[in-house]
Amino acid sequence: MNAAWWIRDSWEMVVRNLIHIKRTPELLLDVTLSPIMFVLLFSLVFGGSIVIPNVDYTSFLMAGIFVQTIAFAGIYTSVLLANDLQKGMIDRFRSLPMSQSSVLTGRTITDLFRALLAVSIMWVVGLLVGFRPEGGLAASVAAIGLMLLFGFALSWVGVAAGSLVRTPEALQGIIFAVVFPLTFVSSAFVETRRMPEWLGWFADRQPMTLVIDAVRSLTLFGEPGPAAIPAVLWSLGTLVVAFPLGLWLYNRRTTQ
Amino acid sequence: MTRAMIEAVGLHKSFGDTHALAGLDLDATEGTILGVLGPNGAGKTTAVRVLTTLIRPDAGHATVAGIDVTKDPAAVRSRIGVAGQYAALDELLTGSENLEMVGRLYRVPAPVAKQRAAALIERFELGDAANRPVKTYSGGMRRRLDLGAALIAEPPVIFLDEPTTGLDPKGRLSMWDLIAGLARGGTTVLMTTQYLEEADRLADDIAVIDHGRVIARGTADALKRQVGGERLVVTISQESTLDPARRVLESIGEGPARVDDASRAVSVAVESHGAVLTRAIRELDAAGVHVDDIGFRRPTLDEVFLSLTGRPAEEPAEVVA
Ligand SMILES: Nc1ncnc2c1ncn2[C@@H]1O[C@H](COP(=O)(O)OP(=O)(O)O)[C@@H](O)[C@H]1O
Ligand SMILES: [Mg+2]
Repeated sequence: MNAAWWIRDSWEMVVRNLIHIKRTPELLLDVTLSPIMFVLLFSLVFGGSIVIPNVDYTSFLMAGIFVQTIAFAGIYTSVLLANDLQKGMIDRFRSLPMSQSSVLTGRTITDLFRALLAVSIMWVVGLLVGFRPEGGLAASVAAIGLMLLFGFALSWVGVAAGSLVRTPEALQGIIFAVVFPLTFVSSAFVETRRMPEWLGWFADRQPMTLVIDAVRSLTLFGEPGPAAIPAVLWSLGTLVVAFPLGLWLYNRRTTQ
Repeated sequence: MTRAMIEAVGLHKSFGDTHALAGLDLDATEGTILGVLGPNGAGKTTAVRVLTTLIRPDAGHATVAGIDVTKDPAAVRSRIGVAGQYAALDELLTGSENLEMVGRLYRVPAPVAKQRAAALIERFELGDAANRPVKTYSGGMRRRLDLGAALIAEPPVIFLDEPTTGLDPKGRLSMWDLIAGLARGGTTVLMTTQYLEEADRLADDIAVIDHGRVIARGTADALKRQVGGERLVVTISQESTLDPARRVLESIGEGPARVDDASRAVSVAVESHGAVLTRAIRELDAAGVHVDDIGFRRPTLDEVFLSLTGRPAEEPAEVVA
């Protein structure tokens, strides 16, 4: 299977997914409406009562909401893939002389667009309620790049999960039970040093915190900070493991 | 001329304890329709999935268009079209978008795929719905579009898994026309079905399968000779006239008449329609038999199974140790 065909087939799958979005725009609610609500609710409700030294709370908060949304959007690939797997179209694809992995690359690339859309919307809404990314343009672009890399890696974790778990409903439950606590036990909404010691210890070392801290440092201060390199390594490491694992599990699932 | 386009030898496939295929042999020569006839659970879909490279057999050997399905699945895929038991379409894409996308994925150049999609939409009478999402289609329209997707690359071999199951009589007839047209154009077709009538109408050659292996093989005529062809069936008004009715039918048809007391039905095998019906009515009337219903009936799959295996189609086989 040569690379040119692989790219063409992947693009074919991206176009198919984009048509789906065009025909059922509610597929975008989780990356449009929900992030807007999050930005507004957190900044308005907590803004007055949580005090972070030297930083306006809304500006502090944005990195947390960005990364939380990106994480959900990335892992949500599993639900979209599981939906696809329940329908007959995958059998059609499997009987065609196309690159079989393009179904997955098409899926994860589409979800990268979804993530980018979510970040753009949140960025604008954030600016309206007091987000001041004073780190400058280059640092902001780097922050967005890091978030998309992290989201893309989680999309491949989603591919593995979606191939493994039978139903979209079960996946929704698992996502809620795993990703939700991870986003809260992180530096997303509060400083980790305010947590009970053992919890803070975990929060400081888990990848969400690393990505959030790097994004926060880049957007607010224009410098990568100590978390940036571990954040990139975590993202790449996740991708390197989840990509082949996702391909393998998908293959196993569809050839049964 | 007699090139084998589909050839399967000794295919085995198990799912846990279920032997879906237990030494299945099939073959179809170029330009013919092979009908694979069997009840639910006989292994029809599994056989199609092996031959179309969707699953690997546990044992055995199969080639399609001369290419080994396990050694070079990609090459097989570019030479086959598949319409499965359930339509494999994208619900949110329109009919045209589905066909064009599948065409491009078959490596048909985009403009050619577009042309062919339009022609297939026309030929399959989907013109009005071409630009509507498939989720608005009826069952019959889906089946036709699904067949269209199988044909877009004009492959030499087509697999159809129960192409008319679930269709209304009109949908069934139009599907039959389309399938018959394929073979006339030189395409080799393997189709599965649960209906003897369907296999009889379309297939040049029929393989009856049961529990994952072939239990009878031949042309429709040969098969019908083996199981007894069409029967004349008479339902009478009064039980007391069963005997005279039996005598009349035995004088008209072939062999002994069959009597079903419960439904007051008497039947006999007949060779041809000819004047049989008028003669039967006249002679039954003369014998004082009042008739509620009279007509011809082809043997059902159940009867084929009964005569081939000695048990009805749906009954599970005895467990063999
Ligand atoms: N993926 C599967 N997992 C478990 N059992 C299966 C699977 N596919 C088919 N079977 C079993 O194999 C047998 C043959 O099935 P199938 O090929 O679908 O028959 P048919 O298409 O003739 O109705 C059935 O007993 C069915 O339950
Ligand atoms: Mg079947």
